[in-house]
Amino acid sequence: MITRFIDRHQRWLFPAPAVIFIVLMMIFPLGYTLWNSFSGWSLTAGRPNTLIGPQNYVELLQDARFWNAVLNTFYFTALAMTVELILGVSIALLLDAKDYPGKRIVTSLLLLPMMATPVAVAMVWLLMFEPTAGVINFVLDELGLPEPLWIAGTNSVIPSLALVDIWEWTPLITLIVLAGLTGLPSEPFEAARVDGASYWQTLRRVTLPMLLPTISVAGLLRFIDCIKTFDIIYAMTGGGPGFSSETLNIYTYTQAFYYFNFGYASALLVIFFTIVTGVSLLVTYSRRRLEV
Amino acid sequence: MRHLQRLLPLLLLLSLVAGCAAPVAAPAAPAGGEAAAPAVGDMPYAGTTLRLVGANHPWQEAITPLLADFEAATGIKVNFEAYGEDQLNQKLTTEFTAGGSDIDVFMQRPLQEARVMLMNGWYEDLTDCVADPDFDFADFAEGAVGTTTVNGVLTGVPIVTEQEVLYYRKDLLEAAGIAVPTTLDELKAAAEALTDKENEMYGFVARGQRSPLVTQFSSFLYSSGGDWFDAERQATINTPEALAAIDLYGTLLREYGPPGVLNMSWPQAVAIFAQGNAALYTDASSIYANMLDPEKSTVADKTGVAKFPAGPAGSIMYNVTSWGLAMPSSSQNKEAACEFIKWATSKAIVTKTQGEGTVPGARKSVWADPAGTASFPADWVEAVAASADGRGYDRPLVTAVTEARDIIGGAVVTSIEGGDFTTAANDANAQFQALLDGEQ
Repeated sequence: MITRFIDRHQRWLFPAPAVIFIVLMMIFPLGYTLWNSFSGWSLTAGRPNTLIGPQNYVELLQDARFWNAVLNTFYFTALAMTVELILGVSIALLLDAKDYPGKRIVTSLLLLPMMATPVAVAMVWLLMFEPTAGVINFVLDELGLPEPLWIAGTNSVIPSLALVDIWEWTPLITLIVLAGLTGLPSEPFEAARVDGASYWQTLRRVTLPMLLPTISVAGLLRFIDCIKTFDIIYAMTGGGPGFSSETLNIYTYTQAFYYFNFGYASALLVIFFTIVTGVSLLVTYSRRRLEV
Repeated sequence: MRHLQRLLPLLLLLSLVAGCAAPVAAPAAPAGGEAAAPAVGDMPYAGTTLRLVGANHPWQEAITPLLADFEAATGIKVNFEAYGEDQLNQKLTTEFTAGGSDIDVFMQRPLQEARVMLMNGWYEDLTDCVADPDFDFADFAEGAVGTTTVNGVLTGVPIVTEQEVLYYRKDLLEAAGIAVPTTLDELKAAAEALTDKENEMYGFVARGQRSPLVTQFSSFLYSSGGDWFDAERQATINTPEALAAIDLYGTLLREYGPPGVLNMSWPQAVAIFAQGNAALYTDASSIYANMLDPEKSTVADKTGVAKFPAGPAGSIMYNVTSWGLAMPSSSQNKEAACEFIKWATSKAIVTKTQGEGTVPGARKSVWADPAGTASFPADWVEAVAASADGRGYDRPLVTAVTEARDIIGGAVVTSIEGGDFTTAANDANAQFQALLDGEQ
């Protein structure tokens, strides 16, 4: 009886655990957040999570802190991602250019920053950035160079945070691109050499176009990570000075866990989720077109 | 004692039942089988385990070694979980919101969270618990109890009190021939005179971080004649008095403060002062050990403490209960939790935590007792005594207090940066008014 039931419903039963897991751990929280975003749930205002309509979204659009956070998020993401992509690809090309003794060791060394816990990395940079006692300004002072305020300055805080992200995550791009380079067929390069192409011509016309899908994957991964960066910003500035490094993620966290406005925070999350999904779909779509 | 009597028959019944299962139940009584009967009378809650959630704080350090005495006297075991301040608040909120929490006692920051927690029904009113005449609740300072009493509910028993004071470098003031500032004008003049940025010497340091600065800015605001809002709940962040205070606080930190002050809460500010890089510093009295303890400070013997300087409205500092001991309404061990709260805030224990542990408490009798103040520096005791009439709040008394702090702190940050603080204060006032209106 049971065996027959199992036999007949195999194609439902076998994926069932995975489906149940995804529904419980992804679909349900997502749906619940969406529902909350239309509720006025707030502990500080004493409102339960009952539906109030799109009011949260209307308020968000008029919230100066929200737009400031959007701006900070994209500023940080664009800055960190661009530098990481340029540096990462360049380092990969350099490493790949020639075989030399100890190449493997260099590649392994590249992994080191990525292995460190982001919060620990943030704490160390926090000490180094310290304007009076930090090592960076000490060295700059000895060299007679100007001493910026780093994360303590309103204008320098985002570039400083991006610097930490770049330090930690450029190797990821390098590694992905290195893997992509190894996988490239050798024929186009031989053809280019026969045609008398210079290094730069080969790079521009052969290597980079063939690498583009790999680079776009690496870029997508970094985009998603950068835009949702939380740990280093939270640990280093908490969104300060003032609100100058408050990104969407930090603002959402503040609304949820400091102000206890769960409904409002959910609306923020939904918008955030839409942005990330939108860009990811865009990149995936354009990548498919690149490959064709 | 009342609920003790009510519980006694039940406990006797329980011990009878336990007696039937003697081989298993006997080890539960700490003194062994023969002492089981008297133990029920003396230790009605023997065997109970209380879950106490609190902060990494000197009070926690002072009380932890004493917990063994409590267990020996009552048979109640106390598990103390300590977190950082922010994490504590989130831990409590998450557990209480989710429901089914098994926390029995927790450390509360009455000004920060009492209103929101009360609104959500998370507090057990401790009025009955402290009514015990032996406990002598009247011995607690009225202001301190006022802080933990919200809408007539006693949300917690005060355990730590603090006031804003002025820390100063005796040697630097003396060398410059400047008297200890008693007014805010003198403070500004002294800060200016003692600043030597070339040699990394800063006349003044204080908190510059958006939210943490609000409490220490409060005494500047009050002494300038301002407040957060008036009797009609109209925001007063942009009154001439408030603007003067915002300007003064911003100017002091911008012109005479160290670089990077915008990222400083008290640990960073203390570090600057304790390393000898700042001459004047206004902050809470409770953190004095960081500057006066030779192990933590290079300027321990050169640091003095004085009453907060007077502004146009006089010297009006805050004088608040920064921590209280509270019981959640969800506790399953309310009687035992009450026993613990009464024990931890009893005269005997406060004499120890304050007298030896140097945690300023709220019991008047302990402050009057030389043993209660012996371990504090004399000028500190004087400054604290002079602050007795300070205001009972160091931040606006609203439910959404974190949000209010961010709004107000944002305007002060603009002033520290040298920006257009009048516009910032006008914006902040409008936002704060919206917040006040939303809470009515």
